[in-house]
Amino acid sequence: MKMKSIAAAVLIASFACAASAAEVEVLHWWTSGGEAKSVAELKKMMEAKGHKWKDFAVAGGAGDAAMTALKARVVSGNPPTAAQIKGPSIQEWAKEGALGNINEAAKDWDKLLPKAVSDVMKYKGNYVAAPVNVHRVNWLWINQDALNKAGGKVPTNYDEFFALADKFKAQGIVPIAHGGQPWQDATVFESVVLGLGGAKFYNDALVKLDPAALASPTMEKSFDTLAKIKTYIDKDASGRDWNLATAMVMNGKGGMQFMGDWAKGEFTAANKVSGKDYTCAAAPGTANSYTFNIDSFAMFNVKAADAKKGQLDLATAIMSPEFQEVFNLNKGSIPVRPGVNKAKFDACATKSMADFDSTAKTGSLVASFAHGMAVPSATQGAMVDVIAKFMNSNMSSKDAVVALVKASKTK
Amino acid sequence: MNRAGRFLLYAALVSTAFYALAPMWVMLSTSLKTLDEIREGSLIAAPHAPTIEPWLKAWGTACSGVRCEGLKPFFLNSLLMTIPAVLISTLVGALNGYALTHWRFRGSDFLFTALLVGCFIPFQVVLLPMARLLGAVGISDSVFGLIFVHVVYGLAFTTLFFRNYYIGVPGELVKAARVDGAGFFTIFQRILLPISGPIFMVCVIWQFTQIWNDFLFGVVFAGSDSQPVTVALNNLVRTSTGVKEYNVDMAAAIIAALPTLLVYIVAGKYFVRGLTAGAVKG
Amino acid sequence: MNIRYSSDRWLPKLVLSPTLAASLVFVYGFILITVALSFTESRLLPNWEWAGVERYAELFDNDRFWVSAKNLAIFGTLFIGISLVVGLVIAILLDQKIRGEGFLRAIYLYPMALSFIVTGNAWKWLLNPGLGLERIVQQWGWTSFTFDWLVNPDRAIYTVVIAGVWQSSGFAMALFLAGLRGVDSEIIKAAKVDGASLPTIYRRIIIPSLRPVFFSVTLILAHIAIKSFDLVMALTGGGPGTASDVPAIFMYQFSFTRGQLGVGAASAVMMLMTIVAVMVPLMYAEARSGRER
Repeated sequence: MKMKSIAAAVLIASFACAASAAEVEVLHWWTSGGEAKSVAELKKMMEAKGHKWKDFAVAGGAGDAAMTALKARVVSGNPPTAAQIKGPSIQEWAKEGALGNINEAAKDWDKLLPKAVSDVMKYKGNYVAAPVNVHRVNWLWINQDALNKAGGKVPTNYDEFFALADKFKAQGIVPIAHGGQPWQDATVFESVVLGLGGAKFYNDALVKLDPAALASPTMEKSFDTLAKIKTYIDKDASGRDWNLATAMVMNGKGGMQFMGDWAKGEFTAANKVSGKDYTCAAAPGTANSYTFNIDSFAMFNVKAADAKKGQLDLATAIMSPEFQEVFNLNKGSIPVRPGVNKAKFDACATKSMADFDSTAKTGSLVASFAHGMAVPSATQGAMVDVIAKFMNSNMSSKDAVVALVKASKTK
Repeated sequence: MNRAGRFLLYAALVSTAFYALAPMWVMLSTSLKTLDEIREGSLIAAPHAPTIEPWLKAWGTACSGVRCEGLKPFFLNSLLMTIPAVLISTLVGALNGYALTHWRFRGSDFLFTALLVGCFIPFQVVLLPMARLLGAVGISDSVFGLIFVHVVYGLAFTTLFFRNYYIGVPGELVKAARVDGAGFFTIFQRILLPISGPIFMVCVIWQFTQIWNDFLFGVVFAGSDSQPVTVALNNLVRTSTGVKEYNVDMAAAIIAALPTLLVYIVAGKYFVRGLTAGAVKG
Repeated sequence: MNIRYSSDRWLPKLVLSPTLAASLVFVYGFILITVALSFTESRLLPNWEWAGVERYAELFDNDRFWVSAKNLAIFGTLFIGISLVVGLVIAILLDQKIRGEGFLRAIYLYPMALSFIVTGNAWKWLLNPGLGLERIVQQWGWTSFTFDWLVNPDRAIYTVVIAGVWQSSGFAMALFLAGLRGVDSEIIKAAKVDGASLPTIYRRIIIPSLRPVFFSVTLILAHIAIKSFDLVMALTGGGPGTASDVPAIFMYQFSFTRGQLGVGAASAVMMLMTIVAVMVPLMYAEARSGRER
């Protein structure tokens, strides 16, 4: 352990970069539409402070290619100023000795951030990353017309949910719009687990990886439910991007979709209004819980004084109420700190903010498993493999539970 | 051959041609449609009202990250990287092939086989050690580093091409020249180089295609201001929010492929000719 | 004279030495590093804490690895086999004094110019049941027609074969065509005089003489198959689920997105050993046979 961090520190220190003056290089994969607009906003703020913005954009899924590029940059001794990294990965990078301390810019963050959030941003008590937003993952998006035709009642448990799905089927639309990619499979899975088992069970099973919880009948029931959900998905779903599934809900080809609130960014971009064109509801049985997914920028070790100054300014800009407001309006998420003007946020976002505060108090605010907030990437990857395999084969729920328990031991 | 046979022959060739053209047709017709038409129509139908709007957008104004300059600047980066890398790797390959065939020494066959292994190394394996090395030399995140990497991993192929070509040149020619007192480079310049036209074409086409189309090295070793066009194309096509503009995506894909397509169409004739001239005589 | 001779002795080696050095460092050196990494505790970044064969135990215990190995075997065999046959057949057909040969040849050859990312995306559309072929044929009136290989876990790997063959058979054709043009026409004439039919001439004389071409084509196709990464990524993303996973993707994901660099390195070592076992004897035999000619 000790040897590991020393080796990494030596590795990085020995090639300390000689960055040119006050250049801020940011690696991210927000390359399109509202996201790109939001990053452009950040760029403007940094330029106003006299820094030069170097954009290092690499698109693709959850940043597969971007992570590869980042590793190469760090190994070459020339890391970017900041990179889009989140959840336990921040700790993993910090353990390798790659991240820098930004306490100077974070003096009042302890007061501004909920503890669940600030814990993720800190390594050994020092801030090493700046949070951008809070996404809620356990949402269900429903086409309003289809819902009205089916009686207008939002399902609050899985009996009602499947009843509604049957009505959608009778209407001749695809009941559940879904994209068959592993991370989307996992997104549905975690909402099902939360809905059937509640926040405590979810926490035991998917965050603490307690073998007893993972092997419990509740988990088997979750897989049974997932198998039933599978029968309401069209066969073309395999490989479909999530936003195309959202588009199906939007144009009435699909009835509903399990997806985090970035889906709202899609609705907003298409000028759809919640309550009129679509309904946002907590996934069945999860109204009183909240799975959070926080995007953040991890700050790398930069040596030159002016580069450090740029980095601190970047951290300050990210946490500023102005940026938090404009960014989250575009992205569909909510600000991570209080003191942001709420006037422009819509009903779904306001509900998300209220639920975030209330669940933080009741302890049913849980980390999203599917989005890399709960467990290290290796474990998550192995478990997601099991879920994806279950979704794409005739695996029985019993076998899936056994495989999941085994995968959870991956280190 | 009888007439029925001829007919079958042409039928087979033409239907294969359709199979070969289908994907290109889909891309091309899609790139000329409006988004509404794509949504309603069939994939293979010709556009009703062709528009070049998607092409203009893909070239000049589409956004990749915070830069909304289309593929244009990245296209230039690709040229800056590809041309030197192709030239250097081809020249070195020519000299290697020459030395391996007409200046044999003990172990040269072994050496050749050993070099060939370089064709098969999976590029994912070399990323981190290479990054470390480029960083140590100080050419990481730059076009120089990128050129260097492409040259290094192109050498196995270029050497293979030239070695297989030069092995067909009669050894007597070289021996006679040596008796006349000509040296290593003189013989290369006077005897081998003048007949190397066809194989140069083959090698340049191959290398150009490989390097231009590379994504992995581009995304990992390029700095933010030297990213090649494939990286920009990826950013454009794999955007995760907003309406998916299939027409712009397709136009961008074709634009990114234009130089290689052009090389194949213009120089394709020489390609087969060059191969015939001996590249494939083991 | 003496000076000339001595310089001739070291000059060729000097010319080869940069390539040799590059090969030693960037191919063999990096392979050694990978082998070393596969025995360590490396996670996110390289670290040299010794772990014995733990990484290999983890690798062999991983179902996904075996799925990907099996897929590479299926894909590699079919891709190389079909490309060879299609390439050879088209080349033979084209060699029958065809009108418009140059034009047809360009059409067959152009797919090789495209990057696999472009190919993958184009085929993804064509093979998608709701967008492409299936829908088109159904619109033509055959409503019962289905072609869902792309989204069928048991068939997805075969769609990769379809796209791969499409891209590479033209290239194989070019090499075979070149080989056919190089066959001595006197031998063929003589055989004709002896009364041999055209198919017999091809089977007994021409195709056997193309042996070196088969070698070159196989070498290049094998290189494409083993490195197949972009194509699978763009076409199926390794899906549905992990059904069309291949070793290159496995290695990439474990090394770079999952923070299991050690396991990724172990899978790379397995891959390299397969390559060595299959290719090196072939290459050495070919290098030696070239000398005898």
